[in-house]
Amino acid sequence: MAYRIVHYINQFYAGIGGEEKAQHMPEMRKGAVGPGVQIEKLLGGLGEIAATIICGDGFYGENTDEARSECLKMIKEARPDIFMAGPAFNAGRYGFACGDLAAAVGEELKIPTVTAMYPENPGVELFSKKTYIVITQDSARGMADAVRKMTEIGLKLLRGEKMGPARLEGYIPRGIRKSFFHEKNGAERAADMLTARLHGLEFRTEYEMPVFNKIEPAPPVKDMTKATIALITSGGIVPKGNPDRIRVSSAESYGAYDISQTDDLTPELYESVHGGYDREWANADPDVVLPLDVMRELEKEGVYAKLHEIFYTTTGTGTAVANAERFGREIGEKLKNAGVDAAILTST
Amino acid sequence: MTREIERTAGIPVAQIATIVPIMLTVGANRIIPGVAIPHPVGNPVLGAEEDKRIRREIVLRALKALSTPIDKQTIFEK
Repeated sequence: MAYRIVHYINQFYAGIGGEEKAQHMPEMRKGAVGPGVQIEKLLGGLGEIAATIICGDGFYGENTDEARSECLKMIKEARPDIFMAGPAFNAGRYGFACGDLAAAVGEELKIPTVTAMYPENPGVELFSKKTYIVITQDSARGMADAVRKMTEIGLKLLRGEKMGPARLEGYIPRGIRKSFFHEKNGAERAADMLTARLHGLEFRTEYEMPVFNKIEPAPPVKDMTKATIALITSGGIVPKGNPDRIRVSSAESYGAYDISQTDDLTPELYESVHGGYDREWANADPDVVLPLDVMRELEKEGVYAKLHEIFYTTTGTGTAVANAERFGREIGEKLKNAGVDAAILTST
Repeated sequence: MTREIERTAGIPVAQIATIVPIMLTVGANRIIPGVAIPHPVGNPVLGAEEDKRIRREIVLRALKALSTPIDKQTIFEK
């Protein structure tokens, strides 16, 4: 008997639409849709996609509890042996939805779950331990490879076959350690590792040190009425025409623009170039992403002393972490030198 | 970006965005939940007046977050 799979995808891969359809509410369709068709093909009769659950990335991100609950209901109805989601590649909201739903399905239905994302997808850090996340490229160029690996890992899980280490099987490490007896004892292995390191040769640690990405919170502003505040956004608000050609995605630069004479962001002079959200509202009134109008009012009312003359902007979709960190360091340096006391950063 | 600005400049940064778990993951310390992904600071769907009122409320909350001492990541809800 063929394995029953339920597959989750977003509005884009279901062919419903792009950003303008990101509010698409959860729906269920019989059979395979989008990338699911390829998954089913690769299974060659061993399994079939009984149902495909589709939900808009925006809807899932903004109404997570409701979306999760609706989707779980539909997934339960379809009685799957395994649940698959994505591949989401580097799409943050999609990765979040895939991981969140896979984790919930795994916990509630107690069936294996598989999804797939690029390692920098925020869904990875949130859900790598709660599902199997196949490692993919950063865009749909890697579709063939991603669905192949999802299918392979899926079959292994269904058959109860032994799953090898993450780095060999191609999924994100889940923090699970399997003990086994090595021919060499620990002292020898440690000595070998040290020798290799001293010689500048390659070696592999047996215990990965966790990467701590959190920092001590900076102290608060003591007297807001004397403070200078800067505005920053990753929502891609730029002067109309995008004079510095900031990319719509995978930004490699950020912009710095003078707002000392501006009280309000208007659609005649500003626009959004961010490729990862529906820009309808931002283009009608950029203040909904970068709240200049209200900041100016509060400045005039004396709630704080001064709005920094420059606002910083970039597009926060598919942004390489290394680039985002670099922007942060450079902007931080500039704000420090300018004597800015605090900043508000908006993201979409 | 938020984290690096805070670390480099030593100043508090209040981040306004909609998907709170992502802000927690990327290490933002002062988090203000936004209204919606395409319009985090305001709700134009409800008309100009409501939109402005909501924007003011969120920005004031962000300013309050900037003045509040914290020792770990904190979400500043309404």
